[in-house]
Amino acid sequence: MFNESYRYARQVVLEGFGAEGQAKLQSSRILVVGSGGLGSPILLYLTAAGVGTVGIVDFDIVAPSNLNRQVLHFNGDLGKSKVESAETKLKDLNPEVNIIKFDTKLNIENVENIVGQFDIIIDATDNFTSRYLISDCCFFLKKPLVEGAAVGYDGIIMTIIPGKTPCYRCLYPSLPEDASIPTSSDIGILGAVAGVIGSMQALEAIKLAIGVGETISGRILTFDGLKSGFREVNWKKRDNCHLCGKEPKLTKLSEGIT
Amino acid sequence: MIVLTVNGKKTEIEKSVSITDYLGTIGVNPKLVVVELNYEIPDREKWSEIMLSDGDNIEVLKFIGGG
Repeated sequence: MFNESYRYARQVVLEGFGAEGQAKLQSSRILVVGSGGLGSPILLYLTAAGVGTVGIVDFDIVAPSNLNRQVLHFNGDLGKSKVESAETKLKDLNPEVNIIKFDTKLNIENVENIVGQFDIIIDATDNFTSRYLISDCCFFLKKPLVEGAAVGYDGIIMTIIPGKTPCYRCLYPSLPEDASIPTSSDIGILGAVAGVIGSMQALEAIKLAIGVGETISGRILTFDGLKSGFREVNWKKRDNCHLCGKEPKLTKLSEGIT
Repeated sequence: MIVLTVNGKKTEIEKSVSITDYLGTIGVNPKLVVVELNYEIPDREKWSEIMLSDGDNIEVLKFIGGG
């Protein structure tokens, strides 16, 4: 048996995991877009689990109002770039993990290059414009995408496998009027709620990497933090989806979101 | 009486109404949600024409994009 000195002792004994699963994790490359409320727990769990290469995209700097939920960033990091702050903690947690920083905002120019370097993509951004860009890009590059979002006491999570499952636009066909959708600065966000969703996103990515269990695909999990309940909503491809439907209108990545 | 299942709970309405009107009766702003009707997501433009009928299963999902 593995002894106490082995970092991954408690997970390689898991059924369906083993040394083989650990080797798969160590050879996997996972991108986390956003290192805030969702990204913090995701990055911590992926790093602790020994994912080989973890990419972090964030252009932001650490502000005091981040600290109620963005548990990767501490008081001493105020004013620092989030990717720097994240890298310091993650290297300290597990020096075996290769961290690649992208201190930038994802945009139409850089998204394909960045996403293309990874096997699994996790969306932990805080706005719909980025979410559509990432999910469209993952569709075209055929990358599995773990979508999660949280605001207020609510969260939502789904895993999208291009060519197999419904896409993000099957659920949300078009960008909502951004100003009308409440954000965490309007209605708040509790750190522990972001923690629930972020932890589940990390779990989804780890399962995808080692090929164990069932991911949240073809269904959506919604989380109500006030009732402490999950609901599962089945979800189908839309024949008339602009991205993955029978007669797609979006045939390449484009800036104008329709 | 028309019986609907809304987000997993049975509920009754007096007479058939459109998706848009139903959202109004439960105080939901249509701009803030996506509606799934019988496991399909109908186009938003058709919500005011689609009439709910007995036995329909409706999921009202909030737009959540925060992180």
